[in-house]
Amino acid sequence: MDMNEIKEIFFQECEEQLAELESGLLKLNDGDRDPETVNAVFRAVHSIKGGAGAFGLDDLVSFAHVFETTLDCVRSNRLDPGPEVLKVMLKSADVLADLTNAARDGGSVDEARSRQLIKELEALANGEVPQASAAAPAPVEVVAKPVAAVAPPPVNDEGFQPVAFSFDDFDAAEEPPLMEMPTYEIVFKPKSDLYAKGNEATLLLRDLSRLGEMSIHCDMGALPTLERLNPESAYFSWKIQLATDKGEDAIRTVFEFAEWDCDLEISLVEDEATQSGEELPMQPVPFDLSILDDEPAVSVGVVEEEEQLASRQQDIRNAAVSAAGTASNVLQMAQSAARAPAEKAAPAASAAAQSAAAQQAAASAGTPTIRVDLDRVDRLINLVGELVINQAMLSQSVVENDANGTSSINMGLEELQQLTREIQDSVMAIRAQPVKPVFQRMSRIVREIADMTGKSVRLITEGENTEVDKTVIDKLAEPLTHMIRNAVDHGLETPEKRLAAGKSAEGTVRLTAKHRSGRIVIELADDGAGINREKVRQKAIDNDLIAADANLSDEEIDNLIFHAGFSTADKISDISGRGVGMDVVKRSIQALGGRINISSKPGHGSVFTMSLPLTLAVLDGMVVTVANQTLVVPLTAIVETLQPEASAIHSFGSNQRLISIRNSFCPLVDVGRILNFRAIQANPVEGVALLVESEGGGQRALMVDAIQGQRQVVIKSLEANYTHVPGIAAATILGDGRVALILDVDAIVAASRGQSLKPEMSLAAVG
Amino acid sequence: MKKRVLTVDDSRTIRNMLLVTLNNAGFETIQAEDGVEGLEVLEEANPDVIVTDINMPRLDGFGFIEGVRKNDRYRAIPILVLTTESDAEKKNRARQAGATGWIVKPFDPTKLIDAIERVTA
Repeated sequence: MDMNEIKEIFFQECEEQLAELESGLLKLNDGDRDPETVNAVFRAVHSIKGGAGAFGLDDLVSFAHVFETTLDCVRSNRLDPGPEVLKVMLKSADVLADLTNAARDGGSVDEARSRQLIKELEALANGEVPQASAAAPAPVEVVAKPVAAVAPPPVNDEGFQPVAFSFDDFDAAEEPPLMEMPTYEIVFKPKSDLYAKGNEATLLLRDLSRLGEMSIHCDMGALPTLERLNPESAYFSWKIQLATDKGEDAIRTVFEFAEWDCDLEISLVEDEATQSGEELPMQPVPFDLSILDDEPAVSVGVVEEEEQLASRQQDIRNAAVSAAGTASNVLQMAQSAARAPAEKAAPAASAAAQSAAAQQAAASAGTPTIRVDLDRVDRLINLVGELVINQAMLSQSVVENDANGTSSINMGLEELQQLTREIQDSVMAIRAQPVKPVFQRMSRIVREIADMTGKSVRLITEGENTEVDKTVIDKLAEPLTHMIRNAVDHGLETPEKRLAAGKSAEGTVRLTAKHRSGRIVIELADDGAGINREKVRQKAIDNDLIAADANLSDEEIDNLIFHAGFSTADKISDISGRGVGMDVVKRSIQALGGRINISSKPGHGSVFTMSLPLTLAVLDGMVVTVANQTLVVPLTAIVETLQPEASAIHSFGSNQRLISIRNSFCPLVDVGRILNFRAIQANPVEGVALLVESEGGGQRALMVDAIQGQRQVVIKSLEANYTHVPGIAAATILGDGRVALILDVDAIVAASRGQSLKPEMSLAAVG
Repeated sequence: MKKRVLTVDDSRTIRNMLLVTLNNAGFETIQAEDGVEGLEVLEEANPDVIVTDINMPRLDGFGFIEGVRKNDRYRAIPILVLTTESDAEKKNRARQAGATGWIVKPFDPTKLIDAIERVTA
């Protein structure tokens, strides 16, 4: 793995952390005060900062740092995360996301915005509570609360120096002459804590020796008799003379980890006379590192091999080294016997606390996950699709050869069928993902538009864990974004108007996802003014969409907004007026096999309801026969099926026919004729009518010759080989191995309105 | 004999950087994602030195260090704290929990290896 790959991982991780950050902030916004939520938010920013630092992404680091400092104030209860504080934090999360993207893909960020937010964050950390901005007047209950006792921000953001340590001159062949360098006298007296924390006197002395020329004296005066010796205590101290040009700081750095757990005196020896000192009536002995570098690190045996230097100093050194060794070895080897009392002293309370913590940890840890390439999953899904088809074909041929269906083969096949279905569901579940990421993106969009329009908006999301196929999720973001923009821009009123209408100044947009009969239903509701039907109607007349005297129901008027090029806003605003109308939203939802509806109450707001399939890989369909061809009609499009009676069929105009169903007339569409399977219309009485719902909520009765049954089919795209075929959505392979086309109901209905399917696309050839 | 380092960090990025740095420096590296996992793998990993983050879900660095120090076999093992947490209070808490030393993130590979060398024989 190289650095580029790690960087890639870093950015993946950033995305996860950013999602975590946003969802945490939103929870806080909803009044959640769980410390773990604050911690998770803090960790997310902290992690991004840590990784960004490693890659030298300075812009990201400095912003994350300021953000983190402010979050730390929240974490330590010095700053109350009230609505105004969270507003700044949510914006900061957006900027952090922008900076991350810029770091990954290049490009620039809005520097003015990030500078502004850095100021706001610093102000928060400094205890300045923001006032609700004038642009968005806060409702009475959102009056900024004074924050009690906000401590000054932590000043020491780099409280300790990074370890600067160099071995460079340790191996240098030529040491500068002793006398030319300043000499320090160091008195080092470890406490037992030093060893308990995993530090080692020998290692410290080793490191010290690497700074220059060193002589060492061990004071063993404190060593008690053997029977009174506590093997875990510290009895030795050292007096060291060190000639080094690295300065006192370098010496302190060596003891950096240990300085709390030892007495340490460092003093500069002024001149030679003092250096040869009376306190140490002995010759300085060079400190020999080879002892330490050998394995085992320290042992009396190794030391004894050096007896050619036999001298009193040598003895002292031996003692020093082996004593240090003893201290650590004993410490490492001492097993439960030595520390039993301490162990038992561990209060039961802490054990209880630990098990509680462990339980909580287990709950929040979730189930382990693995990352899999989407390609692999898709390949599996494809294979399972083939398996389903194959199983269906096998079943069919067995049935044909075993008409009474009693053989064991038949029984086994039934089990196989069930298993296949289960495998299929499980495989689909791999692709299923919660809609949460898309929903989370929406909250940012709401914030941005609220800022642009000066409206005060609260987004409530429900059912974010509702799962749906990844493809559906990916394609959902765009239409949803547009609808949210639309809801805030057109749906909600300005705070003044809302207050005048007796509503709270803050508008609410509610985004809900739920499963309903094998589909996912996404609802977007606002509590705004609702559709202005007069205006919509006038606009439709102006645009020649409807006749001036057209008699339309409220529902029909509401649905006019889905017509191409329709926009009710008087002036095209920055936000919604980007040339994308609700018609585009509707088309993209339909392309996903979904439907969209609106219901609106004047003065109370509008509700958009989208219903989408859970997966784009399989479909529940009705298998029908049309002019000896087998077709599949998506079940979701069908409202009901009926056998028309001659008396219910009425001719209309030259070529049109209507069917009367419960006192209303519905245009009758002969699928065989529309698809050019036959030249003349079939007799409706001999066929079956499928009542389908189409664009704009209008109904059509599609005439087919016969219904074969209902079946779940695996969708196979035709477009790769046949390009787009008008009126046909896709194809599938049936149990008998034959290819059946899947009908594009909306296209058929549109064609029946006169926009006929291109004649050269005669489908008889394809079928 | 390669020295064994147990690293405990919740960030995938940092874990990978540690892995690359330590492997390049000739260490054998065992990794855990948080304090709870760190304690779980401790015996099996049997490390010579531990490098741990402070801010982690489930069990943070402080708790992890305390847990290690409670284990007879590892109570004297060198533990380095690897963190961007830089205020003195945090450092002190880590020390009280039993940390041997610390490395400030973003670490550079040389500093990391130096610090490990400093606390291991």
